[in-house]
Amino acid sequence: MEWIQQLVNGISLGSIYALIALGYTMVYGIIKLINFAHGDVFMLGAFIGFYAIARWEMNFFLALIMAMMLCAVIGVIIERVAYKRLRSATRIAALITAIGVSLLIEYTVIFFRGSSPEAYPTVFAAKNFDIFGVQISTQSILILSVSIVLMVLLQFIVHQTKIGKAMRAVSHDADAAKLMGINVDNTISATFAIGSALAGAAGVIFGVYYTRIDPLMGVLPGLKAFVAAVLGGIGIIPGAMTGGLVLGVVETIVSALGYSLWRDAAAFVILILILILRPAGIFGKNTREKV
Amino acid sequence: MKKSKVFWGYAILALLIYAVVQVMISTGAINFYYQNMLITMCINIMLAVSLHIVIGITGQFSIGHAGFLAVGAYISAIFTMKLGMPFPTAILAGAVFAALAGLLVGIPTLRLKGDYLAIATLGFAEIIRIVFLNVDYVGGAAGMQVTHQSNWTYAFFGVLITVLVISNFTNSRHGRACISIREDEIASDAMGINTTYYKVAAFAIGSFFAGLAGAIYAHNFYILQPTAFGFLKSFDILIFVVLGGLGSLSGSIIAAIFLTVISTYLQGFPETRMIIYSLVLILVMLYRPTGLMGTKEITDLLKFGKKGGTKA
Repeated sequence: MEWIQQLVNGISLGSIYALIALGYTMVYGIIKLINFAHGDVFMLGAFIGFYAIARWEMNFFLALIMAMMLCAVIGVIIERVAYKRLRSATRIAALITAIGVSLLIEYTVIFFRGSSPEAYPTVFAAKNFDIFGVQISTQSILILSVSIVLMVLLQFIVHQTKIGKAMRAVSHDADAAKLMGINVDNTISATFAIGSALAGAAGVIFGVYYTRIDPLMGVLPGLKAFVAAVLGGIGIIPGAMTGGLVLGVVETIVSALGYSLWRDAAAFVILILILILRPAGIFGKNTREKV
Repeated sequence: MKKSKVFWGYAILALLIYAVVQVMISTGAINFYYQNMLITMCINIMLAVSLHIVIGITGQFSIGHAGFLAVGAYISAIFTMKLGMPFPTAILAGAVFAALAGLLVGIPTLRLKGDYLAIATLGFAEIIRIVFLNVDYVGGAAGMQVTHQSNWTYAFFGVLITVLVISNFTNSRHGRACISIREDEIASDAMGINTTYYKVAAFAIGSFFAGLAGAIYAHNFYILQPTAFGFLKSFDILIFVVLGGLGSLSGSIIAAIFLTVISTYLQGFPETRMIIYSLVLILVMLYRPTGLMGTKEITDLLKFGKKGGTKA
């Protein structure tokens, strides 16, 4: 039953990646920018959750909602201040700005509170359920249920609401959407808000599950979430979820086989393989390049 | 002025700078602290110029330059410390192995464009770092003991060779081909330029000189650790190129000198340094997306009185 145990761990990790990847894929789908600062919004979410639970003694769900809301605001501020001017600039300029924003967030946090890690408070008594010989902790169940609820919510927003329809229209063709009377700027801001809220939620559940957070924690999960988004096909929401889960499971398997130091390399090997073999991702269709 | 005269003028100027600094070092006018800063400056110039040929000239957005620096550093350290070779051989070996790594990384990844290329090179650099982290032969995470062998002479001539080769490459037929790829890849492909060949060539040359810088870097401190080659290092190098101007050789050199001086003085406050760096990066990109110098060289600015200037 060892492998089922690992599978459960992998899915827990993978659903965190999936939540971050959703924000990446939505932002990339709409303005074609790798938002490097997304991993740092994830970190901010974890810290907001930490302060909410440890200092202001909120309960878990309240803290989760607060982290999501604050992260949404931060995401919109980042977009309005740093990225809005660069919509028509070169891709390289936009990407470098994103790297700059990422470094700025990390080192501002370090400047104010130091780079020492923080131990997350326990919000639920650690209890293991024994299901057919597999130990499943409350934390794993929590992560899974929060992720699933958020993903269902996202699917609902994107496919059933007006703003979701506007987002899909802008990502398909921003100019045509503008002609049809869609406010493109507001739609892009809404995309950033939703994506950042998901990253904030991922930060809180990451903190609860791994119990250790620090100001540079966003860098690697951020990059891996991007790998997950590419793996599933960038711009495609179910693709990001699948990519995240696959990546989480692969990483856990690599660790379980005794190569835990190679775990981070595995994600990048997957990235390079997918980029070379199937650049559109698992769910993507290959499109011909227009000249 | 004739081109050869300009060349000899620069050559004499370079030797003069070298001689003055060398005399000041040997008489003790430049103490160990400033000598170290000069060597760091030279290493940064080499890194900036070697990335400039990939990003600034060929327009390929690679953000994994620290990986090639790591290859050069570790290979040269293995040559001197494990195999007992002399330092110049080790420098050459580091550079050659870094160029080979550049070929290895470049051939598959340079089919990608823009953001995807950026993230793939970042991934490759991380893989290189993780490999060095896991190989016990080079000390793993604990690091590797290296003797201090770099000095002003090696660093200065490293810079001289790097700048000479890269500026000559840029002004040659091959360099023009690379610039045309930067401006419009599809059009230059249609004009009969073998884009893959030139992209890989520029990548390999860039890696070669990053390896050269790595060899001098490795022998400048007493210990070599894989943590020094993470993506922060790659971003540092990227900042030199971007700040100086995407496409300006002298711009990258000036940015490298300037930022080395600033970061040496801010060494006691690493957080402040990174905040300033990132703010500068964001502001430059927002208000001047081509970098401070754009594609201009310092020599273009000096002869603004003459219409057209000298024909290169």
